[in-house]
Amino acid sequence: MNTPAAAPSILPDSRPRLPRGVRLVHNEAQGGWVLLAPERVFKADAIAAEVVKRCTGETNFEAIVDDLARTFRAPRERVLADVTALLQGLADKKLLEL
Amino acid sequence: MTTDGRLSGHAGHNGRKPLHNPLGMLAELTHRCPLGCPYCSNPLEMDKREDELDTATWARVLREAADLGVLQVHLSGGEPASRRDLVDIMAAARGAGLYTNLITSGIGVTDQRLNELADAGLDHVQISIQDGEPKSADRIAGYEGAYARKRALARAVVAVKLPLTVNIVIHRANIARIDELVAMALEMGASRVEIAHVQYYGWALKNRAALMPTRDQVERAVGRIEPLRKEHHGRIVIDAVVPDYYARFPKPCVGGWGRRSLNVTPAGRVLPCHAAESIPGLEFWSVKDHSLREIWEHNPAFNAFRGTDFLPEPCQSCERRDVDFGGCRCQAFALTGNAQATDPVCHLSPHHHVVEEQAAIRDDAEYVYRRL
Repeated sequence: MNTPAAAPSILPDSRPRLPRGVRLVHNEAQGGWVLLAPERVFKADAIAAEVVKRCTGETNFEAIVDDLARTFRAPRERVLADVTALLQGLADKKLLEL
Repeated sequence: MTTDGRLSGHAGHNGRKPLHNPLGMLAELTHRCPLGCPYCSNPLEMDKREDELDTATWARVLREAADLGVLQVHLSGGEPASRRDLVDIMAAARGAGLYTNLITSGIGVTDQRLNELADAGLDHVQISIQDGEPKSADRIAGYEGAYARKRALARAVVAVKLPLTVNIVIHRANIARIDELVAMALEMGASRVEIAHVQYYGWALKNRAALMPTRDQVERAVGRIEPLRKEHHGRIVIDAVVPDYYARFPKPCVGGWGRRSLNVTPAGRVLPCHAAESIPGLEFWSVKDHSLREIWEHNPAFNAFRGTDFLPEPCQSCERRDVDFGGCRCQAFALTGNAQATDPVCHLSPHHHVVEEQAAIRDDAEYVYRRL
């Protein structure tokens, strides 16, 4: 990114949560998880849905990464990189509060 | 037509075209509106108040929409707040599991009503603003004081922490102010702004010469979008609706006819898009007589332009055939007299010269304001 992001960067103690107006729902007719936002619909694959489900504002980022690494038995560094990219991307699109 | 409208969920077997689930529904609750914007997307002939669907029928239609797979409903009009049962209708949509978006002129949504809507689960508010300068904005809206009231509602929306989109329709009178308009949306606390160049249907088609910008103006305005996105990255989402008279390729109108969205008029007719009734010879069914699913699957008007089989050349062998579906059916009809034609916005259309000729006609005549 060559311009400063106005959305804050994720920190270990960030407590990410979906802002009002953004909802994760499961919809049979549309074939799975979707993230609903103003005038936008994003299909969420199973992994992305697992990450977003944990963004409740209760748990901090570090704990979310730990939990995902444990649950999916994946290397923590890899999970950290993937989840950072996913959540920062959502925050930049105003789909997540940090 | 070979489309048989069966819901198989599988694409392309035996030449059968897939029937998608609609994602979004525009619910035009009423055509009544205090504003008179000369580019209004409502048809020239509007539904009367006494023909409007009642609360219970809207509640049923919203449940049927959710069952059909619709995820988001846009409560619009006219001005949806002209209906006294707006909160009940919104609550019915939310109760059906739909994402609810209120599209308002800002006139008629009192603070009390806004609070009731927020409490009942409204997800998002979109307010239209006609320009960044109050006098110009009020002149375009044909309503004195509209600008100030819109700004006041925007403040109230932000105060109750509902996400806000500011929609700005762009045309000759405001096209020079794209940067200022985005700055205004930011100042209003919007998380999203739509820079929506006028699309020429209905009232806008009637006012085309008074609204049409020059090619230079359009290129300058369109060229500002990416720099503004960079500048405001992470602060506000900037969505742009492109001015298609100066485009090389047509827009994939409503994501394809009868493919991803549908529209219910105040009187209950179900359309693939808000302008569809401008095409003669199509009979649109009503929710008063049929379920939404029956209409989506079986109304011949929905199947009339589903898929791409009906398209002529140059679309048929074009690599963009499944990208833009030959453009917009209503525009093809409005400009060529044939709803099956390639949208003449496309530079490959044999009728493209019509678009160029029409874009060259500009005059500063008074607007013909939209009135019921």
